[in-house]
Amino acid sequence: MTVCWQGSAEAAWEAAAAVPDPEVPCVTVADLGILRWVRLEDGVAVAGVTPTYSGCPAVLAIELAIEAALRDAGFEARIERVLTPPWTTDWITEEGREKLREYGIAPPVKSSGSIRSLFGEVTVACPKCGSTDTEKLSEFGSTACKAHYRCRACAEPFDYFKCI
Amino acid sequence: MAVWEALLELADDHLVLGHRMSEWCGHAPMLEEDLAMPNMGLDLIGTARTLYDHAGKLEGKGRSEDDLAYLRDEREYRNCLLVERPNEDFAHTMLRQFYFAAFMRPYWLAALNSADETVRGVAGKAEKEMAYHIRHAGEWVIRLGDGTEESAARMRDAVEALHIYVDELFDSSDAAREAEAAGILPVRADLRPAWDRTVAEVFAEALLEQPKAAYAQRGGRQGLHNETLGHLLAEMQVVHRAHPGARW
Repeated sequence: MTVCWQGSAEAAWEAAAAVPDPEVPCVTVADLGILRWVRLEDGVAVAGVTPTYSGCPAVLAIELAIEAALRDAGFEARIERVLTPPWTTDWITEEGREKLREYGIAPPVKSSGSIRSLFGEVTVACPKCGSTDTEKLSEFGSTACKAHYRCRACAEPFDYFKCI
Repeated sequence: MAVWEALLELADDHLVLGHRMSEWCGHAPMLEEDLAMPNMGLDLIGTARTLYDHAGKLEGKGRSEDDLAYLRDEREYRNCLLVERPNEDFAHTMLRQFYFAAFMRPYWLAALNSADETVRGVAGKAEKEMAYHIRHAGEWVIRLGDGTEESAARMRDAVEALHIYVDELFDSSDAAREAEAAGILPVRADLRPAWDRTVAEVFAEALLEQPKAAYAQRGGRQGLHNETLGHLLAEMQVVHRAHPGARW
């Protein structure tokens, strides 16, 4: 296996990294940290992709989109699904967190350790007004990776990107 | 007996319970739960898929995850009996989920040190998902147990109905013992104290008492199931069997 970060390997990374997430299109697969790496192996661009949740129904769509983006950039392409180490929300980049907030999704509270307490509640800031006077409406939201919250200060309902 | 069969047992637990949760889709008592239950089902089915794929590869006979999920009859299914129990009412469903998650959370935590890389990968995801399941289902056990006269009676009925299926969670089949000896899967019996603690904590708040099981119903790991599993499999497998070889 050759790992090469020069020339066309970089171009392959850029092509793959620009792919938007199908369910949260404001961020790219690189912003979310689910695109692990892109390598050139005997002329084939191989992209390492990791699922967010075990049953995330978007995984296949994400893999196909990355493969297509690599092909469009002129590469032969292959996807490798990477399970270890498991993805955590801590891998979302600062830029990705900011894009989520602008889009109206509260980014995950840092440090995934917070879910380990049995009934521990996290403090989530409203992505619209910034108030921390918010309440959880539903542990499970519009996609597997989100919960549903409401801001008591500005009354805005919003999605919270759950911390795992 | 072989390690792949132990992975199959684990995959069957997750697929069957995942399917049970999917049965609530469109029938939940409120929109939030209509989202929550299929979401939890998806977590379980996702875990099952990776385990089936891995089991099929270890078996080495070219069976895919679809072959294992859709082309085995009930006597070939190796899930524990708890997960196939019918949904009945919301109390039964939430208690079943809580019991299972309270077992799987420490199981996956222990499996983070598995000698098998795929198992480690599954464990790293699933232990966090199980934390959510414990919290969500546990909150409902409390809310219903310490709720109205009606809800408390239903939760007590669920405890009465499901407690005979608990002990089987802690049994290891011959295949599981082989995987445990190889350091691939955690020793099931060792997880009893952790399960007892979680259940005791929630039951105390839910004003529920855990009955002493007069006897434990077992048999799932030998393929001896209740009639209800056959109905579940019929519904789950019919499309695949009606169109042999069909692919998405």
